[in-house]
Amino acid sequence: MSDEVAAPEELLEIDYRPPKKGWMEPTVEFKKGTYCYGAPLKHQEYLGLPNPRQWQPPDEDWQLPENWKDIILEGMDELLNKYRSFRLFMDICVRCGACADKCHFFIGSGDPKNMPVLRAELIRSVYRKHFTLPGKLFGKMGGARELTEDVLKEWFYYFYQCTECRRCSVYCPYGIDTCEITMMGRELLNLVGCNIGWIVEPASNCFRTGNHLGVPPHAFKDTLDFAVDEIEELTGIKVEASVNRKGAELLFITPSADYFASPHWYTLMGYMHSADMAKKLNAKMYAEAKRLGVKWILGGECGHMWRVVNQYMDTLNGPADYLEEPVSPITGTKFENSKSTKMVHICEFTADLMYNNKLRLDPSLNDHWRLTFHDSCNTARGMGLIEEPRYIINNVCNNFYEMPENTIKERTFCCGSGAGIGSDENLEMRLRGGLPRANAVKHVQEKHGVNLLTCICAIDRATLPTLLQYWVPGVEVSGLHELVGNALVMKGQKDRTTDMRGTPFEVEES
Amino acid sequence: MTAVLFFFGVILPYIAVLIFIVGIIYRVWKWARSPVPFRIPTTCGQQKTLPWIKANNLENPSNTVGVIGRMALEVLLFRSLLRNTTTELKQGVRKLVYKDSLLLWLGALLFHWSLLIILLRHSKFFLEPVPSFLLLFERWDGILQVSVPSWFPSMFPILFISNIIILLALTYLLLRRVLTSQIRYISLPADYLVVLLILGVVTSGILMKFFFKVDVVGVKTLALGVITFQPSVPADGIGLFFYIHLFLICALIAYFPFSKLMHMPGIFLSPTRNLANTNRISRHVNPWDKPVKVHTYEEWEDEFRDVMKDAGVPLEKEQ
Amino acid sequence: MYDAGKIITGIVIFLILMTVPIWYVVATGQASYVPDPKVNPDETQCVESTDYMIKNHMVLLDEWKTSCVRDGICTWVASDGETYNTSLAGTCLSSCHPSKAEFCDQCHSYVGIKPYCWNCHISGE
Repeated sequence: MSDEVAAPEELLEIDYRPPKKGWMEPTVEFKKGTYCYGAPLKHQEYLGLPNPRQWQPPDEDWQLPENWKDIILEGMDELLNKYRSFRLFMDICVRCGACADKCHFFIGSGDPKNMPVLRAELIRSVYRKHFTLPGKLFGKMGGARELTEDVLKEWFYYFYQCTECRRCSVYCPYGIDTCEITMMGRELLNLVGCNIGWIVEPASNCFRTGNHLGVPPHAFKDTLDFAVDEIEELTGIKVEASVNRKGAELLFITPSADYFASPHWYTLMGYMHSADMAKKLNAKMYAEAKRLGVKWILGGECGHMWRVVNQYMDTLNGPADYLEEPVSPITGTKFENSKSTKMVHICEFTADLMYNNKLRLDPSLNDHWRLTFHDSCNTARGMGLIEEPRYIINNVCNNFYEMPENTIKERTFCCGSGAGIGSDENLEMRLRGGLPRANAVKHVQEKHGVNLLTCICAIDRATLPTLLQYWVPGVEVSGLHELVGNALVMKGQKDRTTDMRGTPFEVEES
Repeated sequence: MTAVLFFFGVILPYIAVLIFIVGIIYRVWKWARSPVPFRIPTTCGQQKTLPWIKANNLENPSNTVGVIGRMALEVLLFRSLLRNTTTELKQGVRKLVYKDSLLLWLGALLFHWSLLIILLRHSKFFLEPVPSFLLLFERWDGILQVSVPSWFPSMFPILFISNIIILLALTYLLLRRVLTSQIRYISLPADYLVVLLILGVVTSGILMKFFFKVDVVGVKTLALGVITFQPSVPADGIGLFFYIHLFLICALIAYFPFSKLMHMPGIFLSPTRNLANTNRISRHVNPWDKPVKVHTYEEWEDEFRDVMKDAGVPLEKEQ
Repeated sequence: MYDAGKIITGIVIFLILMTVPIWYVVATGQASYVPDPKVNPDETQCVESTDYMIKNHMVLLDEWKTSCVRDGICTWVASDGETYNTSLAGTCLSSCHPSKAEFCDQCHSYVGIKPYCWNCHISGE
């Protein structure tokens, strides 16, 4: 962890009172620890991004192309014509303020421009100036702002302080979704070559190798073999893991971070960096499934991937008519809710196995954990995968405690590091954004002695340990299926003395 | 004088209504011309999944009935505002506390419903003969008159419940904008303009009813003349306050299509609310979808063939 | 996905709602109806001017009711100095406006008002 970050007490001194200065004047202060670095030139070029150059946000001169303003305004016009959401959300906000204190970045920073309503107004004010009559006629009185370089810098700062978690859209009476607005803002910034390394580099790596770290295939095979060996050592069972095997029943796609021994960061597929980019990277899933001739696809525990899979994939790269409607090979259950996309969430798959008593489970093997469950934004608000993981948890452990109602399920708080901004240089902002989540964890830690936060998202697993270490020391992070692995009693296994992490089980005193 | 009255009583309302109708349709049409490329409902409840898990069809609809239900709850009861909370950071214990905060929901709901009731009551000026259900309606709204105790000062004519409620609700909505520092910070001049305009319409209406009386028969004769395109202004005048009331209404409805009031038609088009979460059941088509250059498996294998061979990973082309 | 069909349906519903009154009065044929309250032609003098009475008769009658029923004062002096009995049936309906249907109801039903005068008073018919 960076030693430059202030102590929690200091970070908690948050002033929620708005400043004297109105919001229409752009604030451009790139404070260390609250922004992400620009993208390395190499990766910008590999992906063929517009206006590639080496630059950093605090630079005085952003080396924008000469006609940057026209590029942005033309881009805006194009996006307004492509996305009804964008045009509608530019028009109908009444500034009731219901969203204001629902954003984890506002709660953690007190910066009024982190209220979803103002984040949107940053771009709305420019929209009014150039695309609406009252804005053109009345200027500032009509809520309109000229697009200046400072406004652009402000966009960059605040659109990369949004994790597109959509919590605000739950509370908005018109369902205005800041995620849509942030996506458009980032796409516009991309048009003039303003990108962050944390998104472009993984996207470039995904494009080339299929995983965000740029791990070549042989190293992946090694990691997997190592995992198989480890499982054998722990349980005495040799599981079979096949890679690139044709004619397999199903293809398992998992977030790339899962190959690594410790939870690691992840920005699946440069998620929504732009619709085109998402399509490019997402296309691989179906292309692979087709090449390998599998029947359907099983998706691992990953939040952003599942937002894409559930709401975008079929539209982007479907129809996957070369696959079959998913049927569990073990229970025969038809997964009717995925009959078009042909991709099933592993929680749905496992819950079905458990419901049909296909797994021998011993929940007491998880008795050393007192756990709570973190709904990831994307599976909760972009899918509605709420009861499945809870059903699994109740089957594999005995000490499960929910966090307060206002912080779970569709109202869950983001980890604060999603949507490409989970980089180390942005740590202070991530810690601030993660405050509401961590605070709810702290509540159950104090009340129930919770020592484990379980989740089903790779970004969570990558970023929450840092977050919890800072705000709630003593609580660890795990994936849900790690707990399933712990509780699983397999045929012919040796007596287990440790859990999947190699931690010895507490010996019962007799 | 007659020419001035004709302008304010006939010409201006015609212009305002024309702007209102054409403007709204134009704006909606503009939204409609942009497609919804992806199906992006914000799911607020359990999805439809395995048959033994109970799905929440109203918060996470999986069919049209669910979508209609969800939209009805949103439009008629402001479902999303009902979730509203306030967040407070308790410094001493360093804890974030979330409290239900339903005042905004109540204020908004009361305002919109009383506005609807008032509009319906006013429809009697455009309908001849007046349908009897409207009379019944007015009777309920005026129930207060019958039930006031005898020591209460006489309030003739009838003071409608909707009038009291809309005044209270509007005052609350205005005060909250002015007094809450965060809401004041995000407010634009247009936000105040709208509240003040509506407040002006309501106040002028109430003043006209109780203090500055007008010729109500004249109002209806004018209204009927206007809607049947045979307009004439009663020569003996109707009363100054009627013209003030009417002018403010004209200003409001002519401003409507240019303003945030477009949230009224807009909510019906909101893609995070009006779509079913059936993404994996049926394919949603993006009309501007175009092929993109992808990095194929073959290119990938070409790049890594040797190392894959060494690691014993099956290959497509051994070469 | 444009959902043009649904949006056009919505616009049509909006247009219908906006124009309901037009179709309604066309259907009933009452668009040019104007109320014609009948006054006894032999009487030429009301308690106050016609313009005042058109706009304020309800307030005046309410004052009459209150002062007579509650305070026991059953006379009232008009602005021209003339004194009248505060009685709807005795002063107003007896001679000048003998028919409720032809006088009161004319305007009241036109603008959809059902005053509660008639909860106590018999209309005289």
